[in-house]
Amino acid sequence: MFDTNELVLNMGPQHPSTHGVLRVVLRLDGEKVVDCDVVIGYLHRGIEKLSENRNWTQIILLTDRMDYVAAATNNVGYCETVEKLMQLEVPRRARYVRTILCELQRIASHCLWVGTHAMDIGAMTVFLYAFRERELILDLFEEFCGARLTYNSMRIGGLPQDLPSGWDKKVLQFCDIMDTKVGEYEELLTHNRIWLERTKGIGVISGPEAVGLGLCGPALRGSGVPRDVRKDEPYAAYDEMQFDVPIGTAGDTYDRYLVRMEEFRQSLRIIRQATEGLPEGPIVGKVPRLIKPAAGETYHAIESPKGELGYFIVSDGKSTNPYRFRVRPPSFCNLQGLRRLVRGHLVADVVALIGSIDIVLGEVDR
Amino acid sequence: MVDTVVIPLLKILIVLNATLVAVTYMVLLERKVIAWAQSRLGPMRVGPYGILQPIADAVKLMIKEDITPVRADRWVFTAAPIMSMVPALIVFAVIPFGPTVTIFGHPVPLYITDINVGLLYIVSVASVGVYGIILAGWSSNSKYPLLASLRASAQLISYEIAVTMTLVSVILMAGSLSMVGIVNAQYNQHVWYVFAQPVAFVIVLIGGLAETNRAPFDLPEAEQELTGGFHTEYSGMRFALFFLAEYANMIVVSSVVTTLFLGGWLPPFPNLSVFHFLYYIPSWIWFFIKSFLFLYLFIWIRATLPRYRYDQLMRLGWKVLIPLGIANLIVTGIVKVLMS
Repeated sequence: MFDTNELVLNMGPQHPSTHGVLRVVLRLDGEKVVDCDVVIGYLHRGIEKLSENRNWTQIILLTDRMDYVAAATNNVGYCETVEKLMQLEVPRRARYVRTILCELQRIASHCLWVGTHAMDIGAMTVFLYAFRERELILDLFEEFCGARLTYNSMRIGGLPQDLPSGWDKKVLQFCDIMDTKVGEYEELLTHNRIWLERTKGIGVISGPEAVGLGLCGPALRGSGVPRDVRKDEPYAAYDEMQFDVPIGTAGDTYDRYLVRMEEFRQSLRIIRQATEGLPEGPIVGKVPRLIKPAAGETYHAIESPKGELGYFIVSDGKSTNPYRFRVRPPSFCNLQGLRRLVRGHLVADVVALIGSIDIVLGEVDR
Repeated sequence: MVDTVVIPLLKILIVLNATLVAVTYMVLLERKVIAWAQSRLGPMRVGPYGILQPIADAVKLMIKEDITPVRADRWVFTAAPIMSMVPALIVFAVIPFGPTVTIFGHPVPLYITDINVGLLYIVSVASVGVYGIILAGWSSNSKYPLLASLRASAQLISYEIAVTMTLVSVILMAGSLSMVGIVNAQYNQHVWYVFAQPVAFVIVLIGGLAETNRAPFDLPEAEQELTGGFHTEYSGMRFALFFLAEYANMIVVSSVVTTLFLGGWLPPFPNLSVFHFLYYIPSWIWFFIKSFLFLYLFIWIRATLPRYRYDQLMRLGWKVLIPLGIANLIVTGIVKVLMS
């Protein structure tokens, strides 16, 4: 008697909670999502192709612009890949500083995530709190390299400059502040009944299925798969650090939330160890004047705040620019899971799920 | 002549204007309080500490371009904001800000009118307001507002049942539907109904939050999901009317809760002679202090809590609040019969 039709709702690319220019085409039955189509590409700048026409040092600048809320991690990933290609030895001090910067960056990125994720679910105060702490990290970065968002903070073979004096003390001070602030976020959210109702059992994905979809980072660990590049294939100075890899059990939005909250604490733990044990010594290894790796190819991955960030680089050994440059962006891989996650949930859950896989469109589209 | 025409007209003028000013400053208060909760300063630019911000906002909204989407139903689209604003204002006709006082030898009651079905009037007028939202969503001819207005209608209807059920138990206690009568009953029975009817108080408060579309029940305008909800397509003064209606409704809810549960204009412990010095503070000030507490509570809640999901909201309404309301009504009835 009654004819029902599916409602096609276009969410984005200009929408407050698609975290940039993501477009999701939802097919709705009432408020229930029957299916969704993720459309990307609105922020494509051709970084991979551009890189093939830049020399090896200039590319560091381009990597800043991929995951722009975690630029230092991108720099580290790229530089280490080139170092691996050239078989360069990086001094221990530089590796320690890289570890500190990566972890500071992880905290900054997670601050942004917890803020926007909570905001999507309607708790707007957490957003401002998290940005307050992110500001402290940006100040630290500014003191180190002068920039606040796109740092260009790494060089092939080491660091562009040594740490300013007294910087390590400020980092330790920040760790003490952050320790209490993480508790503050958790107080507002973790045991909040509405928060639990909004996140528990939403977007459940089992471990094997998450692996099958190619999820990585906290989205994968939330499903109970203990995969962390920092532990499995240590880079920088992670092999000398003591830390745990938190994993979830249920694989729902709440577990992914808990995993990231615990990562805040583990990151602080790593920063403390690295800062206190910071060795003296040179900051740049023996790097040739002209960077021109021998012909060959290599893949190297690091654990960015969003997941496994990998670089695949081919050098032809003749020119001063890579022959082929390819990035494996964690946001892109995690976004593949969105369609599977939102099916059968409500419109309100779609924004919670986009938040819970923590994507940055700059990295998805490159 | 003076008593029948001039004074009532003056009172209407004062109440209407005071409400509108209160509403605009309510917006400022909300922005300030939320800013303090979030370790920010809030509006600081217009006037000292931003106290002239509401005027700037009003001017901005008035001179903005007023857009009617081409595919919108023009008449309904224009009528909808009015339909949501007017009920919010005319409710104030029966809210007693104080008892009858003598000004220049004239006995002046501090309310516009006291009708013997006051509470019923409030409930019915308040439910007309929902048509504004439904029609706004429908007439916009756009998907987000449509979804929002469907949410709004379902939400308002289900919470109205719970609230109205609960109000009946207050009526049973007071034996009157008149707002003034209910306050007087609290005086005569030596108890504020918040202590006699705590369950009813909580249900009306939660229901009131839901009916005014306030966090954590602000689903119809969830900006993160529905990009502003039912007023997505509105701009300029028509948008402002929705905005003002929401805040006016908040004031209505806190005034009603104050009247029904916190003894309206009565000072604390009105019957104990020890506390009679509290009568030196005018009655309407007591009323404003109490209403302000609720307004502050609403803002505080908004700064703290995440938002409910649509189905969870309905579940809370139908499976928790309505049964509780009915149970409360039955218990009140039984106790009333046993005591008489």
